[in-house]
Amino acid sequence: MESERAQQTREENGGPVLEVKNVTKRFGATLALNRVSLELHRGEVLALLGDNGAGKSTLIKCLSGVHEPDEGQILIEGEEVRIDSPMRARDLGVETVYQDLALFDNMTVVGNFYAGREPTMPRWLGNWGWVKDGEMANEANDLIDRLEVNLPGADMEIGLMSGGQRQAVASARAMAFGRKIVILDEPTSALGARESGNVLRLIQEAPQQGVSVIVISHNLEHIMQVAQRAVVMRQGRVVGEEEPTQENHERLVSLIVGSADGQVEGGNTEDGNTEDGNTEDGSAEPENGARDEGRRGE
Amino acid sequence: MSTLIERVTGSRLGGTSEQSIRLGLGIIRLGPVLILLLLVLVMTLLSPVFFSVANVSNVVVQTSVLAVLAIGQLFVILVAGIDLSVGSVLGLATVTGAIAYTFNQTAGGFFSIAIILLTGMAVGWLNGFLYVKGKMPHSFIPTLATLYAARGLALVISDGRPIPGVSPVVVFLGSGYIGPIPMPAIVVIVLAAIAIVVTKRLKWGRWVYAVGGDKEAARRTGIPVDRVLISVFVISGLMAGFAGLLTSGRTDAGFPTAGELSELTAIAAVIIGGASFFGGRGSVINVIVGALIIGVIQNGLNLLNVNVYYQLVATGAIVIIAVELDVLRRRLEERFRSLQAREA
Repeated sequence: MESERAQQTREENGGPVLEVKNVTKRFGATLALNRVSLELHRGEVLALLGDNGAGKSTLIKCLSGVHEPDEGQILIEGEEVRIDSPMRARDLGVETVYQDLALFDNMTVVGNFYAGREPTMPRWLGNWGWVKDGEMANEANDLIDRLEVNLPGADMEIGLMSGGQRQAVASARAMAFGRKIVILDEPTSALGARESGNVLRLIQEAPQQGVSVIVISHNLEHIMQVAQRAVVMRQGRVVGEEEPTQENHERLVSLIVGSADGQVEGGNTEDGNTEDGNTEDGSAEPENGARDEGRRGE
Repeated sequence: MSTLIERVTGSRLGGTSEQSIRLGLGIIRLGPVLILLLLVLVMTLLSPVFFSVANVSNVVVQTSVLAVLAIGQLFVILVAGIDLSVGSVLGLATVTGAIAYTFNQTAGGFFSIAIILLTGMAVGWLNGFLYVKGKMPHSFIPTLATLYAARGLALVISDGRPIPGVSPVVVFLGSGYIGPIPMPAIVVIVLAAIAIVVTKRLKWGRWVYAVGGDKEAARRTGIPVDRVLISVFVISGLMAGFAGLLTSGRTDAGFPTAGELSELTAIAAVIIGGASFFGGRGSVINVIVGALIIGVIQNGLNLLNVNVYYQLVATGAIVIIAVELDVLRRRLEERFRSLQAREA
């Protein structure tokens, strides 16, 4: 059922919003990313799973302009892009929320939403212009209403907020300004159960705001709640892709930890494509299944 | 673990409810104003002349140089920095201004005013440049260097002697009156008003607070952190220039030794005014209040014939109270956060 919905959104919205093709990244002798390929479809919530050191963080840093890939391509809406700085990523419509959230404790919710991009007048004054506080407050309040985030108020200082509220502010900020793609790194890892709910709902609603989401998490329960697809990485490679459902739970776990009985059974789910053994480069069209677990045994 | 103030007063300002924490935070925010009001009240009761027009005007004039220095220092402290050079810059600016005037009297006062202010901005820019581009660990270092260098330069170019005679415009700004209102007070009010607009209303001012709040986050949100950092030192230097302007106007001379140790009083005024040494918090109004607190202590104790040295002790005591209030603020905010988390 979930997969039907996913398939539907995909068909309605045409091509993928993001394509990563054969991206490789080395740090000295370490191969952090080994010809990684994946796609993110429009209006999709994609989970990126993997153990510590699997390469998830390196991959999202390549997408958010912190690192530049050594090899491979990144395409946004079909066009190859070079994301060489965080600012560039932003300009391309990609917003990333890291675990440290990058919030300002000494500023209000509104101030945090707009930090670095405050609307000002008159235009010719540039960065010395007058901040349009009224406009900022109105837009922020609209946004909080629209996203149905549970926040104590747009004029409250972040320093007075709990971890869940802070995460909600950072996520909401990314959703508001990420025109195409929002990347969330462990959005619920520091939160209690009740606080997580607020953030998860925000992620679920993201497609309705017109953004696609990549979410990294160790919490499979949360992934099952919000994601339509899960890509699993291990040792710098994409080792599999699954629909995150209760039935696939064990399979996902074994992909993540790389247990020997990885139950390689073909013909799985998603888009009805059969496996096409693209094991040579582990890449090409991951949508068709970059499920090259087989290689693992080599 | 409780804060010093909690232990001393034996009170539990924080309490446990959200309301009482909010109340506590509100009181801390008003702290400097409350301290000033209390001091004024006490002095008025103790000395009949304290609240006279002549004496109030006296306090204002005496505080003006400190207030201007403190406004500049606030910008630097907002980014969790410190500017130790402002006293020396003040002295250097009085000297360059006086020399500019002896050089070129025909160009008049505005030429020497321009030189005074440019001197301040130049040293300020150098501070910021050395700090940011020189990758220094803290702004303490470059400003300590210019504290020595600017003072030395002032002594070198003046040959260690005062240079008498500054332009009439400067004298008017430093010691004139408009009606009953002393000019230095008007200069302070104008500069404070501009500083309030910059810090509260302009995008650049917001960025100063953002950089002070979290440098890394600011960088990631695309704020030009390095340029913001350099700019606050230029502003601080410019304010030291204005302080030099007022000083030479009052003394009608360029003094190579003017402003010695005033950098520390300026820092004290900012801290007493409730700005956080951790950066990101503080307001122009409260800094003016902080300067006035120091001014009132000095003036009041003079009127009461208290030994001058006690003024220093009193100022020191108030610095400690102010910083402890900031520590208490952080603790209350922490408690508030944990309450929020429990409620969520």
